[in-house]
Amino acid sequence: MSNAAVSLPRPAPLVLNRWVLFWGLMIVVTVVLMLSKESLPWAFKYPRAWQLPLAGWITDFMKWLINSFDLGLFTFKELTRGLAWLVEQPYTFVRSLLSTGFLSGVGSDAVQVFPRISWLALIAGLMLLGHYTRDWKLALLVGGCFGYLVVFGQWDSAMVTLSSIIIAVPIGILGGMLLGILGHRSRGFRLVLIPVLDLMQTVPVFAYLVPVLLLFGFSPVSAMIATIIYAMPPMVRVTLLALEQISSEVTEAGAMAGCSRRQLLWKVLLPSAKHSLMIGVNQVVMLSLNMVIIASMIGAGGLGHDVLTALRRLRIDEGVEAGLAITLLAIALDRLSQAYAKRPPPMHRSRQPTLWQRHPHALAFLMIVSVTWVLGIYQPALNTYPESWQITTGAFWGDLVKYININYFDTLESFKNFLLLNLMVPFKRFLLSLPWVAVVAAVGLGGWQLGGWRLGLLTASLATFIAVVGLWAKAMVTLYLCGLAVVIACLIGIPIGILASRSERLHRIVGVIIDTLQTLPSFVYLMPVVMLFRVGDFAAMLAVIAYAITPIIRYTDHGIRHIPGELIEAARQVGMTRGQLLRKVQVPLALPHIMLGVNQTIMMALSMLVITALVGTRELGQEVYIALTKADTGRGVIAGVCVAFIAIISDRMISAWATRRKRELGLE
Amino acid sequence: MSDAPATTDNPAVAGQPAAKLSCKHVWKIFGDNVPSLIGVDGSFDEARLESGEYIGAVRDASFEVNDGETFVIMGLSGSGKSTLLRCMTRLIEPSSGEIYFESEDLMQASEAQLIDMRRHKMGMVFQHFALLPNRSVIGNVALPLEVQGIGKAEREQRALEVIKLVGLEGREQYYPRELSGGQQQRVGIARSLAAEPDIWFLDEPFSALDPLIRREMQDEFMRLQNVLHKTIVFITHDFDEAIRLGDRIAIMKDGAIIQIGTPEQLVLHPATDYVEEFTQGIPRAKVLSAGALMRDVDGDEFAGTVQASVSIETQLDAILNADRGAIFAVHDDQYNVVGALPREVVVELLSAPQQKE
Repeated sequence: MSNAAVSLPRPAPLVLNRWVLFWGLMIVVTVVLMLSKESLPWAFKYPRAWQLPLAGWITDFMKWLINSFDLGLFTFKELTRGLAWLVEQPYTFVRSLLSTGFLSGVGSDAVQVFPRISWLALIAGLMLLGHYTRDWKLALLVGGCFGYLVVFGQWDSAMVTLSSIIIAVPIGILGGMLLGILGHRSRGFRLVLIPVLDLMQTVPVFAYLVPVLLLFGFSPVSAMIATIIYAMPPMVRVTLLALEQISSEVTEAGAMAGCSRRQLLWKVLLPSAKHSLMIGVNQVVMLSLNMVIIASMIGAGGLGHDVLTALRRLRIDEGVEAGLAITLLAIALDRLSQAYAKRPPPMHRSRQPTLWQRHPHALAFLMIVSVTWVLGIYQPALNTYPESWQITTGAFWGDLVKYININYFDTLESFKNFLLLNLMVPFKRFLLSLPWVAVVAAVGLGGWQLGGWRLGLLTASLATFIAVVGLWAKAMVTLYLCGLAVVIACLIGIPIGILASRSERLHRIVGVIIDTLQTLPSFVYLMPVVMLFRVGDFAAMLAVIAYAITPIIRYTDHGIRHIPGELIEAARQVGMTRGQLLRKVQVPLALPHIMLGVNQTIMMALSMLVITALVGTRELGQEVYIALTKADTGRGVIAGVCVAFIAIISDRMISAWATRRKRELGLE
Repeated sequence: MSDAPATTDNPAVAGQPAAKLSCKHVWKIFGDNVPSLIGVDGSFDEARLESGEYIGAVRDASFEVNDGETFVIMGLSGSGKSTLLRCMTRLIEPSSGEIYFESEDLMQASEAQLIDMRRHKMGMVFQHFALLPNRSVIGNVALPLEVQGIGKAEREQRALEVIKLVGLEGREQYYPRELSGGQQQRVGIARSLAAEPDIWFLDEPFSALDPLIRREMQDEFMRLQNVLHKTIVFITHDFDEAIRLGDRIAIMKDGAIIQIGTPEQLVLHPATDYVEEFTQGIPRAKVLSAGALMRDVDGDEFAGTVQASVSIETQLDAILNADRGAIFAVHDDQYNVVGALPREVVVELLSAPQQKE
């Protein structure tokens, strides 16, 4: 046996894989193109004459819609005004309740008929809600967050923001559920719905604002409508998914019990899906908050307005407290809605409960509200937190910025310049010097290789669209900032994810941090970077990294943790060290999942990048921003769609790869 | 695939008029554009079916379920038994075939008629219970009555009765997650019986339970059937369960029914090797009746009597306690002697359970 000739399979002769050939050809052609730049100028700069004036058409269409479209009984403008009026009524009511009090008369002549709800009562109510949904710890957290709002003088703005959310969230949830149910019932509707959702979720937030601004005007109501439109798609998706996930047996049990279609929906499907639907509720709440802040650009007012004003005037000290208020509001709302979603299902009761036993929280709240209202008549401090009790830290933040600038200016500046000169600017130049034809071809080839010729065709045509509408250069700047931010986010995030997957303690700590980071509205991220690095590409990139790093950490951690335990045991049984285990088993097997995290990171980076136009980047987001200030619908929509297309290209290619790889590994 | 063997006469229901439920040439095929496969005469293009483009989940199933009998459909996973059951209730639309329920053509029933039939005439129990987690026991059991529009007081009253029947009295305010698997299935059973259906479908009702609980639930099922005398279609992948509970059993493989018969017939005359393989592990004494083993009376001297229609197993003690060489008189239900059963035949049967008959 010892000297028996064991014939090992000989290594296969190196076959030139056709993809290697294609990519080689691709590079050669690109180099040739770049060498003959003078003779083929159209390949580098998409000629103006070939551009499609799509933006102009959209703008004209919009003008026609608003000015002359007649629906017969009423004009389109009247329709939008009517819609706005419908939304405005509950909004005014809630706002009166929380913020202004019920007034009679307008302007400075207004007389308060009935006071607003006391800050004390509201905080008590929210704490009771926290206790009802989970425990006293949550109640304290919520109380602390809202206590900050009162003490630091952010109450009025926060109440305006909260009013918008209170109205936008239920409408978003109901609308999303309705569309989801329709999509679940009708295959045809679903086929239309899903691509629309894809586009809506990839078009940057800004782009929604432009048409809404034109249709509904500059007001809190139009901001709320933009919020509803923005926050609805995830609810639609969650509803579709939740209904789909119901076990077929449960549906059949309903059918066999003799349910009609309507009974099946209301008595069986929706209650069974309730738990999954609640996840959607949390998402709608958080997205609404995010959007309400951004929508301060079209008149939402509230905390977002305070931050925006501070950013525009570069008065960091004024913005920090409002930014912190947004953060705390976000945390409180997130934890409350999550706790509500995770509330344990009911248990049986042994005795018939009394009214108080059944509704202790609601009754306590009612009591507090009435008591504070009555006492508020004699003691105004109960209604309005006295200004003399307020604390402000504005001066402190102003001093801090000054201090940093005086003491660390050179360090920060040289760090920034080093990266700008050696990494960012060269990369940007390189991307801008590439002929667009070659990039389109490369994108098409990549799509073809990863997901077949159909995907290749899709990615190539989406890329071509960007050139055709004349936004190629800005798209390249987007690509450069987004690409760098994603690479850096991965370089930081993947190691953190790996470490978190190996230690329970770190996993918990990282979990809390990224949960919190994820709840923060994108706007808030601009504040600290501008404080340290002022405006520009570098500050923008940092904000994008901070915003987009969460998914890559989460997915890496999750991907490694969910490798079947048997595989890990087998690997350790054969004697692998921890390093070998990581290299040979964990990372290869988790890679498809990690790539999905990269995909998410790219999506988030793109959405954040657009907002960084506020701090002076010159990419597609700036185009949307300009359109917003000029109220040019077409320009904004087209730039938004281009961002969406970049997102769709990368999403489809990465998903195609991850799906195939998971199948190859037998993980699906 | 050949036609299923003609159903054999069942002595228990001999002389009764029409079957409660009958299926004729039922097909269910999954795949795109199935109708193109169906010829004018309702037959299928077998060659294209085999191509792998289509999955023939149910192939040409024909059988009748008689009033008051427990008809078991037995097959391994993927044999199409659950699909066939769902075709009978039209939870899944059959590709072709005829299904009659109490001489009503189910395939022609409109959605409203179907809903009406499910409300009043059909009950179904599911493998994984399919209880609604947001409703208490009584809320789950009352659901079929609720959707009929019966008032709260009355439906809860009726639900309580069924809950009592399945032995869950005192738990009616519990929620499903507070109950064990066996208890949950009792709720499932109660729900399926709440509307007092004429026909009772059970889709592997005990498969998700532990073996001990399964046994207990089988006993419970038999107790209920003794009280209720429903017409039952029972799906299982467990041949022992089929033998234990079924009056007649249909064996399915790859979507087709390969044999229908009483447990005894299956054991004595398995139609194919496949059926025989199932019967091999079954103790013969459990399935065979004295009538199946007896020979003609030949001037014998009898040591005792046994009943023709009852299984050997239940009469085993008396037979084995007799002396060697004893012969028993076999009598029918009217106490007429119809044959003779030597003790040695039974002993042989017990010692060679694996032998082919």
